[in-house]
Amino acid sequence: MIVHSEYFYWMVGCILAITGVMILTDKTHSRRISSSAFWFIIAALFLFSDWLPPALTGACVVVAALIAGFGGLGRGKPNNLPEQQRQASAMRLGNRLFVPALIVPVGTLIGSIALPKLKIGGMYFLDPANPTLTALGVSVIVAVLVACWLTRGTVLESMRQSRHLTESLGWTLLLPQMLAILGLMFGRAGVGDAAAWLTHTYVNTDYKLVAILVYTVGAAVVTMILGGAFAAFPVMMMAVGLPVLIHVYHGNPAVIAAIGMFSGYSGTLMTPMAAHFNIVPAALLDLPDRYGVIRAQVMTALPLLAANVVLLYVLM
Amino acid sequence: MHAAANLWPLWGVAVIVIGFALRINPMLVVVGATVVTGLCATMPLLDILAQIGTGFVKTRNLPLIIILPLAVIGLLERYGLREQAQAWISKVRVASAGRLLIVYLAVRELSSALGLVSLGGHAQMVRPLIAPMAEGAALNNHGSLTDEMRYRIRAMAAATDNVGLFYGEDIFVAFGGIMLMHTLLTGMGVAVEPLAIAAWGIPTALCAFLIQAVRLYRLDGHLLRQAGASQSGAGAPSTATAMHAEGH
Repeated sequence: MIVHSEYFYWMVGCILAITGVMILTDKTHSRRISSSAFWFIIAALFLFSDWLPPALTGACVVVAALIAGFGGLGRGKPNNLPEQQRQASAMRLGNRLFVPALIVPVGTLIGSIALPKLKIGGMYFLDPANPTLTALGVSVIVAVLVACWLTRGTVLESMRQSRHLTESLGWTLLLPQMLAILGLMFGRAGVGDAAAWLTHTYVNTDYKLVAILVYTVGAAVVTMILGGAFAAFPVMMMAVGLPVLIHVYHGNPAVIAAIGMFSGYSGTLMTPMAAHFNIVPAALLDLPDRYGVIRAQVMTALPLLAANVVLLYVLM
Repeated sequence: MHAAANLWPLWGVAVIVIGFALRINPMLVVVGATVVTGLCATMPLLDILAQIGTGFVKTRNLPLIIILPLAVIGLLERYGLREQAQAWISKVRVASAGRLLIVYLAVRELSSALGLVSLGGHAQMVRPLIAPMAEGAALNNHGSLTDEMRYRIRAMAAATDNVGLFYGEDIFVAFGGIMLMHTLLTGMGVAVEPLAIAAWGIPTALCAFLIQAVRLYRLDGHLLRQAGASQSGAGAPSTATAMHAEGH
């Protein structure tokens, strides 16, 4: 293949290394040394972790997490253009400004659907194992070049802006990954089995409505703890879905599965453990409240959970 | 299979719950929970570190999809992308924050249901385009926005992206979640078609659309009341509270 997905891990490594250098040379930065150390560690992991022994990689991850956890990350002063100049630039460029912004999602979409089978000179163009990721990477490169051409900005300027956005996201960028690692650890240590055993042993499911409530609300609660409905679904299926709803009440397994997973999604909308969907966007949108997105979602998630209880009772 | 489950690893869950409740930095809570869970499962420390390292390598794609688009967005925002998004939406007279987000919800949920999940996302769509447009539409309708109103609109924009994605993609038959349910049930000896699982998700997907759309519809009314309150409060909210305090 021509474009490997590894290339983009290396690209992120380079971007974060540049971020680290920019922070290290920024005299006005409040936590110059610890911040740049953090980003250098993450950059090194993106560049070299394929070749490092896993335990060393793990140790680096823990050190980075400790730097972030004890407040080692600061923020530099962003060098934005003054409001008037931005307005003037927006007037001058008009809707053309949308073009590079749309290249990223649209290019990723087209690339991941149309191009996985594209071959140039007998070789796959995009990594067939990971077409979405490679399509995103290629789209971003194209979009940066188009944006530079359009705004007469430079790639260096784009790195400076990227550095400030990366710094404003800070450790929230790595939280989804840390949670995924925790999820893998939970799976290995058998947390799901333990939760299923507890539910199965201590909850009375002699009434159909009680069984349905335990299954749906349980899926939401276990999702909130584990951070993802995919991890919670097998737990609730083993504990209540299969032994009670399918075997005792002879419910339709397709309905039970579909609604069980969706009940879990109500939990996803309400938990900081689903950081990728709830915590990262709060940082991306500069919300002062880390849990602002979750607060906005609770009043969708709870009525939807109630709707799932009713739907499962009626349709099962 | 439920004869004797080892309950010790649940201490990891306890660390999570206590850590978040005490508002300790989430990075510390999560690393702490990972180590505690491993120790409770009697793994040696070196194995725990190796497990963390392997997990990191496996999940490197997660931060990548956020970090890469920042280079584009940062540059465009420097040259007025948000200002242009607000100017563009102000030309659409019927636009309001709620109506715009309802349209985005419909597009996001339908395209996800067709498997087109990359046509959205917080870094790719919400931050550069959807949130500024929603703010611009509200600004157009209400004259000025308080910080509280801005944050409310942004949070609802992010929530709309999540709801559209979650409840759309799960009725797409080739989605990983459907495959997971099918594999799991087949493994348990229950015969079920992936298409049936996808189809039985449709009632919930419709409910999700209705509930979120009603909330977005009500967002406009909420913003109108807040705008009225901030204008009749004679200037900045701080002055209003100061006057209030004097009165008593």
